[in-house]
Amino acid sequence: MSKTKLTLNVNGKSVEAEAEPRELLIHVLREQLEITGPHIGCETSHCGACTVEIDGRSVKSCTMFAIQAQGTEITTIEGLGNPDKLHVLQEKFKEHHGLQCGYCTPGMITRAHRLLEENPNPTEEDVRFGIAGNLCRCTGYQNIVKAVLAAADELNQPEAVA
Amino acid sequence: MIPGRFEYHQPDSVPAAVGLLSDLGDEARVIAGGHSLIPMMKLRLAMPEHLIDLRAIDSLKQISVAGSTVTIGAMATQSDLIDSTELATAAPIVRETALQIADPQVRYVGTIGGNVANGDPGNDMPALMQCLNASFHLHGPDGERQVPAREFYEAAYFTARDDLEILTGISFPACEGGYAYEKQKRKIGDYATAAAAVLLSKAADSSCSQAAIALTNLADTPLYCQEASDHLVQSGVTDASIDAAVQSALGQIEPVDDNRGPVEFKKHAAKVILKRAIENAWARA
Repeated sequence: MSKTKLTLNVNGKSVEAEAEPRELLIHVLREQLEITGPHIGCETSHCGACTVEIDGRSVKSCTMFAIQAQGTEITTIEGLGNPDKLHVLQEKFKEHHGLQCGYCTPGMITRAHRLLEENPNPTEEDVRFGIAGNLCRCTGYQNIVKAVLAAADELNQPEAVA
Repeated sequence: MIPGRFEYHQPDSVPAAVGLLSDLGDEARVIAGGHSLIPMMKLRLAMPEHLIDLRAIDSLKQISVAGSTVTIGAMATQSDLIDSTELATAAPIVRETALQIADPQVRYVGTIGGNVANGDPGNDMPALMQCLNASFHLHGPDGERQVPAREFYEAAYFTARDDLEILTGISFPACEGGYAYEKQKRKIGDYATAAAAVLLSKAADSSCSQAAIALTNLADTPLYCQEASDHLVQSGVTDASIDAAVQSALGQIEPVDDNRGPVEFKKHAAKVILKRAIENAWARA
């Protein structure tokens, strides 16, 4: 089966890849583009470890063919922060112990990022409902919810005057 | 899990999609949001040689309310349904149902067309569409035809859609009165153990002028409960008539033993959920 040339915008950069139709987006991201933040978890669209943002929607990248992402803008955890400058959500997950093994964390934070874009002042219930597509088997969610609420609080603070 | 090999097609119009499907025949499958089909393909339970992706056909993403008729394109996603202000006014039960489907990521991608066309008894939209008395628009080589949702479902995964037809949209009358979609599930994201869609209209004298009841995942098709609906109109909505309507609806269900519970439990869940849905719809009527 012939490969199709794909042009994607990933984390603000235009990148090219080649994929045959059956290749899932998660595999192209991880294996060709070496973007390994999105994880392969359940592979059955339940766990959300592979969550990325595509054109402003949270998507499970194990349930989309790469060819379907042709021309889209994709944001992964790598596009939100880096070790030198963590995203507020990453800071808050660290501060509130929102992770233990860390496997679900990239998907969890990528999803929480979109949630806060759409709803900057979520209630606890909004957060729980909004991250219901991301499973964590370590934390019991309590600290994840705290971290997301704390990030929302911080993002809502007026900019500090220099 | 890697799906089998296939060729990918992305037609940009309904006639082009129908043409492709006619040419490729039963080696082709139409893909909408893909959240039923892609998992099936990964498990190799589905191995189409050709995929016809409807994602580039913008006309299939429209939601419109004209007069008292609501029309929804097959490619409108669950989150499109949730976000539509027009739909929130014309048929708020659609939003209430869509919010109970799967999880946010799935709702961003999963479509109403895929949900109703697939014929999975666990899907929520089919019973809702029966409750709303919706018509499904099917496009095939011989043109367009419409099939009422109440006549569409034949058995699990078997519907009135011909293999060469594509379900392109849905239309139904705008709702009046009270509504409720109640769903019992093991966890968020799960299919229903039992779910019920109810629409009730209250007349000026507090009698029930219109009623429609349909059930999800309690048989191998969605179930429209004509007798139970008629009973509420004839007898009015009282504790006794609700019980009688629930009993009538329970007479139609054929749940099976599975990981959501034994048959007796499902009958119990169906009873509780339907009663709750009727009471909730009547309180909003």
